[in-house]
Amino acid sequence: MNIYFDNNATTSVALEVLEAMLPYLKEAYGNPSTAYSFGRKVRDSVERARGQVASLIGAKEEEIIFTSSGTESDNTAIMSALRFKNAGKHIVTTAVEHPAVLNLCKYLQTFGYTYTELPVDNAGMIDLDYMAQIIDANTAILSIMYANNETGVIFPIDKISRIASSKNVVLHTDAVQAVGKLPINVNDLGVQMLSISGHKLHAPKGVGALYVKKGTEFYPYIIGGHQENGRRAGTENVAAIVGLGKACDIAKTFLDSETLKVQHLRDRLEAGLLNKCSNTIVNGASSPRLSNTSNISFAYVDGEAILMMLDKEGIYASSGSACSSGSGQPSHVLRAMNIPQEYIRSSVRFSLSPYNSEEEVDALIGILPQLIERLRHISFLRGN
Amino acid sequence: MKTRYFDHVATNPLLPAALDAMMPYLKEEFGNPLSVYDLGLRAKNAIEDARDMVASLINAKSAEIIFTASGAEANNMAIKGVATAKQGEGKHIIISKVEHHSVLNTARSLEKAGFAVTYLPVDKYGFFDLDALKKSISKETILISLIHASSEIGTIEPIKEAVAIAKERNITIHTDAVASTGNIPIDVKDLGVDMLSMSAHQFYGPKGAGALYLRQGQRLVPLIYGGIQENGRRAGTENVPAIVGMGKAAEVAKAELQQRNAHTGRLRDRIINALKDVEKVHLTGHPTQRLLHHASFVVEYIEGEGMLLMLQAKGIYAASGSACTSKALKASPTLTAINVSPTMAHGSIVFSLGIDNADEDIELLLEEFPQIIKRLRDISPFRKGWGEEEGGSKHV
Repeated sequence: MNIYFDNNATTSVALEVLEAMLPYLKEAYGNPSTAYSFGRKVRDSVERARGQVASLIGAKEEEIIFTSSGTESDNTAIMSALRFKNAGKHIVTTAVEHPAVLNLCKYLQTFGYTYTELPVDNAGMIDLDYMAQIIDANTAILSIMYANNETGVIFPIDKISRIASSKNVVLHTDAVQAVGKLPINVNDLGVQMLSISGHKLHAPKGVGALYVKKGTEFYPYIIGGHQENGRRAGTENVAAIVGLGKACDIAKTFLDSETLKVQHLRDRLEAGLLNKCSNTIVNGASSPRLSNTSNISFAYVDGEAILMMLDKEGIYASSGSACSSGSGQPSHVLRAMNIPQEYIRSSVRFSLSPYNSEEEVDALIGILPQLIERLRHISFLRGN
Repeated sequence: MKTRYFDHVATNPLLPAALDAMMPYLKEEFGNPLSVYDLGLRAKNAIEDARDMVASLINAKSAEIIFTASGAEANNMAIKGVATAKQGEGKHIIISKVEHHSVLNTARSLEKAGFAVTYLPVDKYGFFDLDALKKSISKETILISLIHASSEIGTIEPIKEAVAIAKERNITIHTDAVASTGNIPIDVKDLGVDMLSMSAHQFYGPKGAGALYLRQGQRLVPLIYGGIQENGRRAGTENVPAIVGMGKAAEVAKAELQQRNAHTGRLRDRIINALKDVEKVHLTGHPTQRLLHHASFVVEYIEGEGMLLMLQAKGIYAASGSACTSKALKASPTLTAINVSPTMAHGSIVFSLGIDNADEDIELLLEEFPQIIKRLRDISPFRKGWGEEEGGSKHV
């Protein structure tokens, strides 16, 4: 039996979501842009999904643009803001952002843009006063993630948006990890743009969305046909869009109860492991965190070795974010938090979903402490 | 009522074999391909298998295939990517007047950003004016992007000849082969292009997957930045099921291409032969050098929308103009480019065929369509002057 604790990397497609998608992978294959009834019905289902996504975050339907991924949403948001009338050439973001934002910022340097990575403290939190100082007349956009994929640390986007609006700077938030896990209302938040990814909330891969507040300037990134009201070209990935709509609908209905359930599992996992393993810390624990995420460092052990041994037991977790794990780089997030090297190398991220159970958590607590002991023993013998 | 779908250039039904291949990746094989454990590795392997199949369809190397979310994204990536990478060498781009909107509008956006764009004219069949291509090339030219086959008029363009001209001057050449890939044989080594765009749902794969062929050694700046997916060339978690479906669709297309083309080609010719005898109905595009599943016409004195509605009442789905422009009531740039007057362009109609069409579908169409034309003409406000001109069909 496999136990999947890597839901921040990707999630399984919910059964109800797959069921909602299937007609659009079979008989309802029309192109939503076509004029006849066969295509129009398909277009209606895209619009229904748009309503479902909007409803989850308190947006208006016309404020939702479907994309192919959270990454595309992030790229689209930032590139659009850089084209605003009289836009400056400076981007403010954080040192712990997803590569979708950080690598775009790095690339933009070749075109004369500059960017600031706001530092975080030991708990993974940014300093809002410092942020306010950094923003200047040249700042084109503030792109601050809602919740961190590696640690689950939640940034106070509502407070950040007040600073942004007082400085008259557009605020984008990468909410890929937050949507479906936290109650979100874009109007209370006050952001101008917000990125969503389907496969992080039990919708399929290949679909994302960008919320763009009505009245915000917007420049499309993928150009072509009139799809998405001229804001994102390309034949709509209908089945996946329908799936995202359904997943948002489910998330909205069950958000409160499932968040509580997941938090209970996560707390049980942390308590169990900390109780049985010495020299173990939970990264970001003193900050507000997503209820599903636990980033734990087991000092003096190699995180990759832990993952390999867990893999053998059929338990899936990760070290660092999946998007940089192939790169062999130690987590930029934990480095930014100034976590000691031996704790960074030994970090493992467990990210849960409502589909996990107490039995699975208990199975992990039953297996992992012994594995850690064994690995520490080997490591001690090697004199590391 | 049984429906007859003649709009395969807008989108195709998903091949059941492709859906079967996708299903595990919509269910238990949901891993992130970047994850290092076996669940992730299996997803990664599935993508690489699909890459081999797509590469094989166009005789490319696997490493030359970059998966995207659509043909439109592949076009955006190719054009913006080369324009950005080579803007230091020059700021002139050549496209044709019969491009898809994703090429045309991307070129226009570059125009706004300070690039010069030449819009290559075409003849009455839609063939590029290759002399004009030669003449429009300057020291500033960094990219030529020409469509392989038009989804509006079906004409298959002389890309090989255009490539020869481009290569003589060492200019990067891209082709939008969204309408042709998987529908006619394509060999990128034989064509000689540097880049080629394709879309899965045009050859019975799923929506949400496309690809860019990028010749080994061709420089390109990525469009979407972030993680290290697609070898750092296109960020974003891979759409594993759709990519797997695209791979399967490519594999089947390669195996069945001849058989499919024999079938759709025969149906196409039945339509063309029957409608050419209808008064004031003109074939658009070239009569033979055209996609085998594509029959396109302009019907004088009536509007495409009216024809579509009446066909729909008989359960027949067809297109007027490209799906991506059907909402805009402007005359299609492609029809304008082949010298169809704006009034006549309103009467454009495209029947694009597929493996799911049968002879009886064509028989129904050929029975109903001439009657629909007659009925619409009887009430047409454009009919004034009818009969004062010569009758009969002619080629546009």
